[in-house]
Amino acid sequence: MEKKITAKVWTFGDDINTDLIIPARYLNTFDPKELAKYCMVDADADFPQKVQPGDAIVAGKNFGCGSSREHAPIALKAAGISCVVAKSFARIFYRNAINIGLAIVECHEDIPVKDGEKIDIDFENGEITYSDRTFESTQFPEFMKELIQAGGLMPWIKARGLV
Amino acid sequence: MTITEKILAQHAGKNKVTPGDLITAKLDFVLANDITAPPAIAEFEKIGAKKVFDPARIALVPDHFTPNKDIKSAEQVKLMREFAAKYGIVNFFEIGKMGVEHALLPEQGLVVPGDCIIGADSHTCTYGGIGAFATGVGSTDMAAAMITGETWFKVPPSIKVVYHGKPGKWISGKDMILHLIGQIGVDGALYKSLEFCGEGIENLSIEGRLTMANMVIEAGSKNGIFVADKKTLDYYKARAKREPRVYTSDTGAEYERIIDIDTSALEPTVACPDLPSNTKPVSRLGEIKVDQVVLGSCTNGRIEDLRIAAAIIKNKQVSPDVRFIVIPATQQIYLQAMHEGLIETFIKAGAAVSTPTCGPCLGGHMGILAEGEVAVATTNRNFTGRMGHIKSQVYLASPAVAAATAVTGYISSPESLNGR
Repeated sequence: MEKKITAKVWTFGDDINTDLIIPARYLNTFDPKELAKYCMVDADADFPQKVQPGDAIVAGKNFGCGSSREHAPIALKAAGISCVVAKSFARIFYRNAINIGLAIVECHEDIPVKDGEKIDIDFENGEITYSDRTFESTQFPEFMKELIQAGGLMPWIKARGLV
Repeated sequence: MTITEKILAQHAGKNKVTPGDLITAKLDFVLANDITAPPAIAEFEKIGAKKVFDPARIALVPDHFTPNKDIKSAEQVKLMREFAAKYGIVNFFEIGKMGVEHALLPEQGLVVPGDCIIGADSHTCTYGGIGAFATGVGSTDMAAAMITGETWFKVPPSIKVVYHGKPGKWISGKDMILHLIGQIGVDGALYKSLEFCGEGIENLSIEGRLTMANMVIEAGSKNGIFVADKKTLDYYKARAKREPRVYTSDTGAEYERIIDIDTSALEPTVACPDLPSNTKPVSRLGEIKVDQVVLGSCTNGRIEDLRIAAAIIKNKQVSPDVRFIVIPATQQIYLQAMHEGLIETFIKAGAAVSTPTCGPCLGGHMGILAEGEVAVATTNRNFTGRMGHIKSQVYLASPAVAAATAVTGYISSPESLNGR
């Protein structure tokens, strides 16, 4: 994972649920490319066309609530999203994102960024910078860092000889 | 310790755990469905696993898009079927034996009180209703658990919810849980455990408790938990595949918060679009015309739910403006409803009765809404576009409110049918 990125932002509000991230009508496949075509369509119909590789999402609280579908972080990652910044994450989405290697950053503060503007995300120091202002993100617990460094849950269990 | 802490400690091989502890717990049961199993199978194979930890402790339940709604769905179920055969997973439920997973597994006695369970479905939390620790995960977590038979958890802090007093005639587990979600919000219990107790809970049926536990995820909760009492053990007498273990919370157990609810004051409650927390008593809704009513799902597709709805609609007719879809949650429930004449009651009233499926709940099939349409559903989510077009709307309600609404064509309390 890169230590620091600069990304163009798409903003979303609170309680963005997994039905919005990838509607169930597209869940008859788990092919990332197919899922990417419909990423966020029920929140913003043009999103799959607008989003570009490396873009980030900045959202409110409880991002990824609802269904356990891992297709949600898969769709975001395949659509090119480099990181999701949110005030909080629903717990299953949080686990899923780490497991599949979608970068997520929790930041309790309001980042007044608008669609199309840029932010810097410094993963190592836990800082987000927007228009000369710096916002602090929550540090991952040591165990989560270990999972992220291993490249997700499956490589982690393999490294521990559990497979 | 709380019930949740005791179950987690026992499965982690520890004498004591406290909220915030990171533990590795042995799992009693692991499950997935036709949407979540295929990616789990892909992960399982990609890592080069050769066997599952215990073929008898895994269930693969094709229920979301079954009977297969299209070719891609059929391919997904085929993948599951072949995987189950290859690894000797006996609990693969073919169409004639299946049911909506969270109605099916307690009914079959595959999940028992005291268990520690994960499932690749957010409503896995349902089994808290019978005194098990159960929580939803994604496909990768499920894949790892199929291999290792364990998973990691952060021990959650607990919120105790005390339902004082007895419920009124038309108040069900659905009204009780909707009321709570309305009070605390869709992230009101994020990462936390909800423990339910009080007179209102003691009086509640097993079905009602499963309904309540089913919806704790709609408050962001990691799990919901009920003590396994005599009712629970009676329910399991004939069906438990393993010995139930009963845990109770210590008198000194620590709760982050205690919420007191006067059960006797509750009214039939619905959750208005687009969040389960957007609740209102039916009496304060005003006139809301509906196009479709769905009775079913892992929340409210059990025999008690069908009995309540059938009693209301018996000798009445579904409003000509309403499509009433009834989906018994399992084959056994379907058969029981047939024996009791409930299916006949529904069909004579003008309802359509379907084979078990999650179908319309998640906008999969068997009752998709068109633009501008409004539905009342006994399901668990009413997010934007959940049941079809993004400009359709879903109101969540109890089976009693659903049946009354099917008759009047407007969201109605069953009391309003008196004299009709």
